[in-house]
Amino acid sequence: MTGKGGISFSLNGKAVKVDLDPMSRLLDVVREHCELPGSKEGCGEGECGACAVLLDDEPVCSCLVPLIQVRGRTVRTIEDLETGGVLDPIQEAFVEAGGVQCGACTPGILITLRALLDRNPAPNRTEVREALGGNLCRCTGYEGILRSVEALLPGGDES
Amino acid sequence: MTLAYTPSNLDEALQILADHPDTVLVAGCTDLMVVDYAMGRRHDAVLDLLAVPELHGIAVSDDAISIGATTKFREILNHAEVQKNYPMLAEVAGTVGGWQIQNRATIGGNIANASPAGDSLPVLLALGAQVEVRGAAGPRIIPYEAMHLGYRRVDLRPGELITRVRIQKPAANTVQMYKKVGTRAAQAISKVVVGLCATIVDDSVAEIRIGAGSVAATPVRLDRTEARVRGARLEPSLADEAGRIASTEVAPIDDVRSTAEYRSFVLGRVVRRMLLNMISGETGPNSTAGSGS
Ligand SMILES: Cc1cc2nc3c(=O)[nH]c(=O)nc-3n(C[C@H](O)[C@H](O)[C@H](O)COP(=O)(O)OP(=O)(O)OC[C@H]3O[C@@H](n4cnc5c(N)ncnc54)[C@H](O)[C@@H]3O)c2cc1C
Ligand code: FES
Ligand code: FES
Repeated sequence: MTGKGGISFSLNGKAVKVDLDPMSRLLDVVREHCELPGSKEGCGEGECGACAVLLDDEPVCSCLVPLIQVRGRTVRTIEDLETGGVLDPIQEAFVEAGGVQCGACTPGILITLRALLDRNPAPNRTEVREALGGNLCRCTGYEGILRSVEALLPGGDES
Repeated sequence: MTLAYTPSNLDEALQILADHPDTVLVAGCTDLMVVDYAMGRRHDAVLDLLAVPELHGIAVSDDAISIGATTKFREILNHAEVQKNYPMLAEVAGTVGGWQIQNRATIGGNIANASPAGDSLPVLLALGAQVEVRGAAGPRIIPYEAMHLGYRRVDLRPGELITRVRIQKPAANTVQMYKKVGTRAAQAISKVVVGLCATIVDDSVAEIRIGAGSVAATPVRLDRTEARVRGARLEPSLADEAGRIASTEVAPIDDVRSTAEYRSFVLGRVVRRMLLNMISGETGPNSTAGSGS
């Protein structure tokens, strides 16, 4: 019935068990309890997307997911994009093409773009903008972000 | 610690609710946890509706669809039958917040939360939806017009929850149009939302339903506008008149987002434009787009 003895789920490929209030925000669970501070808190109200994580491969705002609802499911945070010290290509592209300014929005944007690219390896600008409709960036005006995605696409280097 | 119930079927959920009527229902939490956080609110006991399999998914039959209460807007948006025969529902689903919100926000939550700005509500009015609610005493079927009793009040009795939304398949000659006038396509708390469903026979409007949101304490049908249009010949003067009636038949809520006067004006303009589009035949899925600014 309740979270007696803890709530188990998969976090970045590892099985974890957490004994906290079942209504704890997933954002606090991963940042504080699981010591993965990459997901950021912007607004705490679902408006900015800085806290986005993948829940069973779907992007969600972790500030609006209670712990009880991840039981038995798979959570991926920004920390999981890098494998063995090697950045995900989308991370590389952000570094190269100027997708990052202050960086507050970046983890949420990168994890959301990973979900987009897994579904659609060559998205156009409209599709990228649509996917990022829930991710606010106060700094870049999205231009650097769009350029970063384009740099990843076939022929993207020439533009 | 919050006590969290995760019932494995609907009967179990209803039994828990009957035994513990103060239990708070939680679905996608995109309304609930925003308020929890803003108010520092905690709950003694919650019941996770996402755990209940019967509440989830879309069932298609020849003459209707039945959408489980915990079906997410993203699932509605991507559903082939919804896209084909209920395009305005697919469209509204795509305007509820951004991708992350659509992945969590449920149709049952949108109805139960009963914000006057809830985007799917005018569309459900226009589509003539019925809501199935269920408590220990059994199910009740509520026509959508009767669902909203007052500001943020729905026809749910203690121990009841919303189980499904049923929509009769629109006739082949039906046009569906949806318009959300807000400040941003995604994320905006809409200012005016209109859903329109009309059947055209020989250039006349045989049947019409218009639902409007954010213009009154509850989502409303535009009864007077509908009465004028029903049975009338489709022509530009009808569009003008319908727009005029629409802008005077509701009493918008005056709040900081926009003034009542502005909302009435916009409502009239949207209704007029929809009728003009019906005349010019621009009623495909793309002409019904036009959410956003
Ligand atoms: C950033 C952001 C953007 C948003 N944008 C939009 C938008 O564009 N348009 C729009 O309409 N809304 C929007 N919303 C509001 C919200 O996403 C929707 O209202 C959503 O449909 C609520 O569903 P939920 O499953 O998250 O509900 P929850 O938050 O889980 O529940 C909401 C309420 O409904 C009750 N409830 C839930 N399911 C049931 C049920 N089956 N039976 C009885 N009671 C039930 C709960 O007890 C609670 O009181 C937005 C929210 C956020 C955070
Ligand atoms: S912190 Fe979660 S959306 Fe802003
Ligand atoms: S880089 Fe600063 S908010 Fe996006």
